[in-house]
Amino acid sequence: MNTVVADITYRAMLGRKRIWLLVLLPVALIAIAVLLRLIAGVNEHTAVTLMQTFAIGMMLPLLGLIAGTGVIAPEIEDGTIIHLLAKPIARPVIALTKFVVAASLLAVFAAVPTFIAAYILVRGESGVAWGFALGSLFGAVAYAAVFLLLGVVTRHAVAIGVIYALIWEGLVGGYVPGARKFSIQQWAQSLADQVSSSPFFTTDVSLSFAIPAMIIVTLGALWLAGQRLRTLSLTGDD
Amino acid sequence: MTTTAPQITATSVVSLTQVSRWYGNVVAVNDVTMTIGPGVTGLLGPNGAGKSTLLHMMAGFLAPSSGTATLDGRPIWKNHEIYRIVGLVPEKEAVYGFLTGWQFVLSAARLHGLPDPEGAARRAIELVEMTEPSNRRIETYSKGMRQRIKVAAALVHDPRVLLLDEPFNGMDPRQRLHLMDLVRRMGAEGRTILFSSHILEEVERVAQQIEVLVSGRHAASGDYREIRRRMTDRPHLFRVRSSDDRKLAAALIADGSSGAVSLTPLGLEVQAVDFRRFTWLLPRVAKAADIHVWQVSPTDEDLESVFSYLVTR
Repeated sequence: MNTVVADITYRAMLGRKRIWLLVLLPVALIAIAVLLRLIAGVNEHTAVTLMQTFAIGMMLPLLGLIAGTGVIAPEIEDGTIIHLLAKPIARPVIALTKFVVAASLLAVFAAVPTFIAAYILVRGESGVAWGFALGSLFGAVAYAAVFLLLGVVTRHAVAIGVIYALIWEGLVGGYVPGARKFSIQQWAQSLADQVSSSPFFTTDVSLSFAIPAMIIVTLGALWLAGQRLRTLSLTGDD
Repeated sequence: MTTTAPQITATSVVSLTQVSRWYGNVVAVNDVTMTIGPGVTGLLGPNGAGKSTLLHMMAGFLAPSSGTATLDGRPIWKNHEIYRIVGLVPEKEAVYGFLTGWQFVLSAARLHGLPDPEGAARRAIELVEMTEPSNRRIETYSKGMRQRIKVAAALVHDPRVLLLDEPFNGMDPRQRLHLMDLVRRMGAEGRTILFSSHILEEVERVAQQIEVLVSGRHAASGDYREIRRRMTDRPHLFRVRSSDDRKLAAALIADGSSGAVSLTPLGLEVQAVDFRRFTWLLPRVAKAADIHVWQVSPTDEDLESVFSYLVTR
């Protein structure tokens, strides 16, 4: 960890317009939760559905993409990253710092709002709120690492990330059970299921697969991102 | 000129040995061997000559496709330790616009792990005369101010080696003179400074040593006076339009200062082998023959042709 790198990255992520990208979805989630509570009252089934489809199914991967690529890709794109790289700091440390920033932002903008929204709907019932919050945090760590790597290796990180999240996790994962095993979203749900005792909620990826998979993917992505940063090349205008 | 400058305690040498860099089929830098020692060296060449590519390899931001780039004998590529003694000013204008100049330079000092980051940042900012606007966000700066704050950030750790990519671009004349003076002074202190430029006048005002790069090849190397002489001692090609081109051609070819004269639909093309004698002679010949000269324009004065002349010699 390097505090200067972290400081600059937080400023870049939370400054002015960009913070709205992070704020919009969680605000929507909480607003929907409030609305449902007012209309339908306490309903565990509704809560689980909202958490599954919106909080984990949509908000988490999208915020993961925004935070994971956002902490590094724009800097590589416009060349400002040189300010950090032309310093006597090991490049993997810079990658790790960027990851910690992304993961911490996701904890604040994804996991916490997920807990709040679920709590509004069902209070402490069946451990739904805690389950989805922890699952969200668990998935956030993996998303941050994977999308950070994507941001380092390609200029089309956002496009590829959207395709992964929507097509692979959303569409293919919906029809092909095998694809669900290789879906960060499913790992997050698997942990949520473990913590919660709600009868309305079952997942088909076992925790004994999800936890090692998440650890391997996170560490692997971080290692690759660090290595890739070591050989980051600048191509001149001439 | 410079008074006896206080010398820095240790000096450094950047060496390229048979370095080439290609992108697919395109060769950007072709078998370049050069050594950059203490003092100011200008890397001169037209746009697209491979200056930035060469500089990036010296700065550790590009791997040579073949050959080696070293700093004091140690490889530069994949070696972040070099930045303890190297300062880099990239050409790209982009800097963190949301930081103030002060925050930007201070962050550089902290990233270097300097013992007194505030003091170092303050000194570097004073050096480039940016103290007054340093509390403003960089996004409000002019191009020249951005350039200077980048120089301050590159100087904050008092580097022995300074690499600057087109540092004078976008500066107004006063800022340019100030930065030139600063670069000269630091060179006189024994620092190894390399800057790239496509403007000969810029380079000869600041650098003692000039390396010329043309189409990726190392075209010339040496003292600026030598390069300057070789550049002006070449045949000049002029296009002349007059009231009677044919008569003027006859009068000009009679004198030894013109090598070849040809009649073209656009006027006369005159190859002047003795530049000074030709410019002296032309109006006199025209007057004696009662010919009105309407236009005299150099056809090959652009830098490209000057450089390609250097290469073909």
